[in-house]
Amino acid sequence: MDITVESIVFLIFGVLTLGSALLVVTTRNLFHGALYLMASLFGVAGLFVLLAAPFLAGVQVVVYIGAIAILIIFAIMLTPQVTAMRSVRTAQWPVAVAVAVIFFALLVSVVTPLMDELGVDDFAADFTQENPPDVPADSLVRLGEQLVDPQQFMLPFEVASVLLMAALIGAVLLVWPEGTRSTPPGEAGDD
Amino acid sequence: MVPLWMYLMVAAGLFSIGLYGVLARRNAIAILMSIELMLNAVNINLVAFWRYQAPLALNGQAFAAFVFVVAAAEAAVGLALIITIYRRRQSVIAEDVDLLKW
Repeated sequence: MDITVESIVFLIFGVLTLGSALLVVTTRNLFHGALYLMASLFGVAGLFVLLAAPFLAGVQVVVYIGAIAILIIFAIMLTPQVTAMRSVRTAQWPVAVAVAVIFFALLVSVVTPLMDELGVDDFAADFTQENPPDVPADSLVRLGEQLVDPQQFMLPFEVASVLLMAALIGAVLLVWPEGTRSTPPGEAGDD
Repeated sequence: MVPLWMYLMVAAGLFSIGLYGVLARRNAIAILMSIELMLNAVNINLVAFWRYQAPLALNGQAFAAFVFVVAAAEAAVGLALIITIYRRRQSVIAEDVDLLKW
């Protein structure tokens, strides 16, 4: 593979994603962890741009960084760390490291061309390709049409909207103040 | 372009880091953040396979968009649960909520 501008940009976003992710799972201060999570998600958005999916990159920034990360920061601020003296890790963390490393090694052994060169298997045959055909210019238009096409993704699309509605109602109901759960919001202060 | 397996390596690393976070962190919010990392790793894989294997069909992108929806719903309900648990027990440590453990 030649050193191109694209490969350098890929390297930058890949390192940003993985480095920030490592800090997310290791940092003591949860608020800093949430900020590193935002950086990691931004790196993923950059990878989406490199993969010719600018719409998903935009959604990544708006939904993940703009909504989910902010929601997480709200939750961190609403739950003060009264147990700050305790370790951030469980007692079984060496096992967790071992599981994660073994899982990563398994994935890498399947994904990289290394196994193919050793003649162990031919799984990796498809993974080395570098020049896929170009994405059609109207792909975003077609994606929008597919999402509301009854022959394609209309049912999952509608189910997703029902899921979002259920999550919205469920989240509101869960954080409803104690003792007022049976009364409507307008009458909550009467008793 | 960068070969496909490099994107898969980044996704594998991100997923493994998230897996470590889910298994090793005490704070429930940190566990939720690690789950978000794992979901993002899956999304990188979906989009990368779409780009390299089937760029003319758009199923990969549509699938990734649905993962976004599920991730948003999961974050909202998960954080609401954590805040409710905090109100009742003054704790967000996952080990403190062991009523169903035997």
